[in-house]
Amino acid sequence: MAEFWAAFAAAFDLIYGADDNLVGIVLLSLRVSLTAVLIAALIGLPLGALVGFLSFPGKKACVVVLNALMGLPPVVVGLLVYLALSRAGPLGVFGLLFTPMAMIIAQVILITPIIAALTRQVVEDLWGEYREQLTSLQCSTGQVVLTLLWDGRFSLLTAVFAGFGRASAEVGAVMIVGGNIDHVTRVMTTAIALEVSKGDLALALGLGIVLLTLSLGVNAIAYMLGEFARKRMGA
Amino acid sequence: MTKRNVPLQVKNLCFDARGIRLIKDVSFDLTAGSRLMVLGANGAGKSLLMRLCHGLLVPHSGTVQWGEGQEGKMIRQAMVFQRPVMLRRTALANIAYGLKCKGVARPLRRDIAFDFLSRVGLARLANHPARLLSFGEQQRLALARAWAMEPDVLFMDEPTASLDPSGTHAIEEITRLIAQEGTTLMMSTHDLGQAKRLGNDVLFLHRGRVLEQASAQDFFQQPKNDLAQAFVRGELLWWKKKKDLYPGGGIEQIPSDRI
Repeated sequence: MAEFWAAFAAAFDLIYGADDNLVGIVLLSLRVSLTAVLIAALIGLPLGALVGFLSFPGKKACVVVLNALMGLPPVVVGLLVYLALSRAGPLGVFGLLFTPMAMIIAQVILITPIIAALTRQVVEDLWGEYREQLTSLQCSTGQVVLTLLWDGRFSLLTAVFAGFGRASAEVGAVMIVGGNIDHVTRVMTTAIALEVSKGDLALALGLGIVLLTLSLGVNAIAYMLGEFARKRMGA
Repeated sequence: MTKRNVPLQVKNLCFDARGIRLIKDVSFDLTAGSRLMVLGANGAGKSLLMRLCHGLLVPHSGTVQWGEGQEGKMIRQAMVFQRPVMLRRTALANIAYGLKCKGVARPLRRDIAFDFLSRVGLARLANHPARLLSFGEQQRLALARAWAMEPDVLFMDEPTASLDPSGTHAIEEITRLIAQEGTTLMMSTHDLGQAKRLGNDVLFLHRGRVLEQASAQDFFQQPKNDLAQAFVRGELLWWKKKKDLYPGGGIEQIPSDRI
């Protein structure tokens, strides 16, 4: 038990002392995850909005596929991205394997369906409410999509946060395509896995605390945004 | 402001849903400057007819033909719904949004929006979130948004259905102002008093059919159709026993020449 508390104490020391190794890993994690979320949002938001707003043959199948992709197994995504980026793969010439870019690509593939599927649901509900009014105002398709995205902004931010949560907590795919190389591709989750296997619980716990704080913070922001939207905009 | 000659011709309009014909062979003309009240009990097809005329629904057969507006321009239409749909933004921004859709330049939108907001008595709530307004205020805002589109024809689908007398009075006053500008109105209601106060023409619907079209004066003084007579007397058509309306049968068995 004493060892357990000692590990916690050491973890807090690392955080409090802003340990270089820990800070480096946290910053790289944030860089990779935030970039992935930004790219996934740029793809997922309009994609989800179009699927939610447009009527086309096969829409139901499209929705089912989109929802199913939310549960993509990270290791499978990691494997596919690995194959694509490996020297013999179709994208091997870019030399991206075992770089942060490879990790970003894997995370984008993992979280784009999450953002798109949640966006689709938000936009579809909003479109159901706005359809007659916006049609009556003779809005163009572009105006409709932008309006739905803007008016659903608080719910959509929650979708983006959900994507960030998945990206920052993901370990399987980034381990495969990043390789967990120290100071190059080592992020919080892969570092925790490594340090636990090495028996260095202090660093693992320190990173775990940062990860948990990040997760709590994101959820708190999402909750506060929802409350703000309800109180200030009646959303 | 003089409005254009805006005849709307509806010919043999039919609309089905799930295999049931809900609008049956409806034909009528909407003449420029008129205030047409679409009357009928719940389920008569008033809202459907408004949506078909406004272009929100596509008829299964028949035509909705619009004439030409001023200088050959397309006729502008707007619609106010029974339940106002407020965008998630301020009252002022809701009107400005309509102006944006209409193509009004950004620098002009705010002033125009504020002007229309003032006309409906909501200037003090300009920066208030629209969805947090009371139902009556939301309906006035919806009317202002439609008015700001400067429509030649304004459709109003039971805009006072959920309002108290003071809210109804406010909406009717605004409606009068809009009509005074020459806008043609087509408004559905089952409130006979309101139809008398606002309308100059009446279209009486029953179960998706037009049973009577007449001037408001003729309709309220001497309706020709016996169902219309019962309606004007304030009888509840849906609850009335078939044998009372039609001793020889029921509503379902009305001889075709009577409807």
